[in-house]
Amino acid sequence: MTEPLPGGPLSTAERAAERFTDGEWHRLHPATPLLRGGIVFIAVLGFVLSNLRERLVGLFVGAPDYGGDPLDEIYNRGWEGWALLGVAVVILVCLGAFYLSWRMHTFRITGDTVEVRSGILFRTQRKARLDRIQGINVVRPLIARLFGAAKLDITAAGHDANLQLAYLGSSLADGLRTDVLRLASGVRAAEAQARAEETAGTAPDGAPDGAAGVPASRTAAVGDLVNRRVNEFLAPELDPNAAPPESVVKIPPMRLLGSLLMSGFTVFVIVVVILTAVGAATGWLWLALIVLPGLIGSASFYINRFTKSLRYSIAGTPDGVRVGFGLLSTSNETLPPGRIHAVQVLQPLLWRPFGWWQIRINTAGHSREKGAAGQANTTTLPVGDATDVERVLALILPGLATEEHRDLIRAGMTSRGRDDWTGSPRRAAWLRPFSWQRTGYTSVDGAVLLRHGFVWRQLVIVPLARLQSIKLEQGPIDRMLGLAEVDFHTVSGPVSPRLAAMDAAEGIRLFERASADAIVAGRSDRSHRWGESA
Amino acid sequence: MSTPAEPARARIDLNVGDWRRVSPKYVVVVIVGTLISGVVASAVVTFLWLVAGWTLAWIALIAIVVITLVALVIAPRRARSVGYLERQDDLLFRRGIMYQRFVSVPYGRMQLIDINRGPVGRMLGLADLKFVTAAASTGVVIPGLPDADAAELRDRLVDLAESRRAGL
Repeated sequence: MTEPLPGGPLSTAERAAERFTDGEWHRLHPATPLLRGGIVFIAVLGFVLSNLRERLVGLFVGAPDYGGDPLDEIYNRGWEGWALLGVAVVILVCLGAFYLSWRMHTFRITGDTVEVRSGILFRTQRKARLDRIQGINVVRPLIARLFGAAKLDITAAGHDANLQLAYLGSSLADGLRTDVLRLASGVRAAEAQARAEETAGTAPDGAPDGAAGVPASRTAAVGDLVNRRVNEFLAPELDPNAAPPESVVKIPPMRLLGSLLMSGFTVFVIVVVILTAVGAATGWLWLALIVLPGLIGSASFYINRFTKSLRYSIAGTPDGVRVGFGLLSTSNETLPPGRIHAVQVLQPLLWRPFGWWQIRINTAGHSREKGAAGQANTTTLPVGDATDVERVLALILPGLATEEHRDLIRAGMTSRGRDDWTGSPRRAAWLRPFSWQRTGYTSVDGAVLLRHGFVWRQLVIVPLARLQSIKLEQGPIDRMLGLAEVDFHTVSGPVSPRLAAMDAAEGIRLFERASADAIVAGRSDRSHRWGESA
Repeated sequence: MSTPAEPARARIDLNVGDWRRVSPKYVVVVIVGTLISGVVASAVVTFLWLVAGWTLAWIALIAIVVITLVALVIAPRRARSVGYLERQDDLLFRRGIMYQRFVSVPYGRMQLIDINRGPVGRMLGLADLKFVTAAASTGVVIPGLPDADAAELRDRLVDLAESRRAGL
C-alpha cells in the first residue's frame, strides 16, 4: 500500500519539497497526531489520572482504607512493578495509536493531482485536480508553530472541498506550496525542474521534514534547530524567495483599532448599553444582569479581531497574491491568478471621516481556516486608505487596476455622480433617496464596475470572464417608476454584485451587453493555467 | 417622478425575436398547484377558526379565497410568461408577470442539468429542466416541457456545455 520512503539525507528542505512532488506516497510530519489533538488528549488523560489516582488505586486494591499518598501505598505493598507496567502499557498503546494514524495518513502529488489518504478504521481518500485549485493556505496555529510545523490547506471549488496536509515541516509547507502552484500553473516539467534547482541553490535552510531525518551531528543539529525555530517564529510571514520582501500595505495598529471601534458592532454595543442603563434606572435591574455577560464577551470579540488582524501583509508572487494575517497563530493564503470572481471596495458611513476602506472578494473555494479577525478568508484588506486600496487592487486585478484606470476606480469609490458613468434617472430617488446620483455602472476591458450605496458606499468589480449568469428583473414598483435591476450571479461569497434602481432601458442595455461580453471574455480567459501563456 | 414624455411604465422586453414557450398543458400544473396551496391554507385557517377559536380567522379565509381566485384567473398568463430561447452562446430564460425576470446563462457555465417530474406533471407527460451553475443564485428552472423535448434539450445543452466548458 504505502511505498517505503527513499532514504538518504538531503541538503535542503527545498530539495525535500521537490522530492515530495514525485508522484509517490509520502507521510506527514511525525508530530502530526500530537498536533492534531494528541496534546489535548494527553493533557486530559494526565488531568484525569492526577485527580482520580486515589480512586484508581482503590479500584485495584479493593477498599481505599489506607492513609496518605496512594503512591506511598503502592510502594508499601510492593506493587511498583505492576504500576510501572500499567503506565508503560498506557504509553505504548497511545504511541501505537499515534504511530498507526501517522503511518496511515499519506499524501502524494503527481503532475496534475493532489491526493490524501487517512484514517485507521474508516479510510478516506481525497483527490483534487491541480488546475482546479482555488487557493493554497499555509496555516500555523500557535502550538504547531512552536514545533515548527504548518498545515497546508489546498482549496478546490465548492463547499468543504479542501484538502488538508496537516502537519508538515514549516519550510517544507512553503516549498510544497510553491511546487504545487508551479505544477498547477501548467509550466512544463523541464522548466519547472530548472527553476527548482535554481531556487534550491539560493534557498536558506529550513526545518528538516519528518521523513528526511536530521543529517548533521546531534549537538550541532539541536542548536541549529533551536535557532531555526526562533528565526521562523520571528520572521515575517512572507517567504523572501517567493515574494518581494515586504508587504505592499501596512496597517498601523492604531488604524486597526480605530476601524474596529468605528464598526457597526460598536454602535450595537452602545445602543445596548444605553437601553440597559435606561432599563436599570427605571427599575428593570435584572435586564443589566442578563446583558452584562454579553458585554464582557464583546470585549473578547474586539481583542480577538485585533490580534488576528495584526501583522497583515499582502504581496504579489508569480503564482498569485499572497495574503498573510495573524500574531500568534498565523495564516498565509495564496490565491492564484484568475480565482477572484468579484471584488468589493466598501466604506461604511462611520469610516468616511477617516477615509478608510475595506476590500472583500468572492472566490469559489473557501479555506476551512478562518482568515483575519475570524472572518472568512474573503476579506483581503481589513482596513486601509485610498492608496492601500489602489495597491491591493493592482495585485488582485492586475489587468484592470492599472495606471490608466486609476481615475475610473477613484470615481467608482467616491464619486457623487454626474460623470461619465451610466447613472440612474432622477425618478430613482423614490427608491434610493440618498444614493441615486451615485448609483451607476461602467465597463472596461472585460469587467463591469458597479457603484452604489450611501451608508455602505461601495464599488463592485466583476470580471466578466468568471460571470456565471446574469439576471434582469423588474418588480411592480420598478415598473411604475420605469426602473429595473440587474443581478450578476457569481460564486457565493460576501459580495453580491447587483445594481438596482437603474433606468429600465439602460438595464436592458447592460443586460444584453454584459451577457455578450461575458461569453467573449470567458472564451478568451486562460488564467486558470496562468503559467502556460507566460 | 416620471414625466409623461418618458416611456416609463412600459414592461421591459428584450429584442431577441420569438421566445419558445412551454407546453400549453403546463397551465394545468399551475392551476393544480394554486388550488392545493389554497386548500391547504384554507384548511389551516379553518382549523384555527373552529378548534383554536381565533375569531378573526374569517377575514384571513376570505383573503385566501380571493388570492386563490385571482391566481387561478391569471394562471394562464403566468404559464404563458415562461419562455426560453437558445441563442448562439447562451440560454435566455424569462418568467413572471408582476416580477419579470430575464436570465442569461452561457452554455459553458452550466455545471449540470436536472430533469424533475412532479406528480401532476408526470400525469401530463411534462418535466422540469433545472440548470445548475457555480453560482447558487442562478436558479433557472424551465417548467412544463414535454418529456421528449426535455430529454432532447438536456442532451443538446450538455453537449454545448461540454464543448464550451471554461474553468471556474
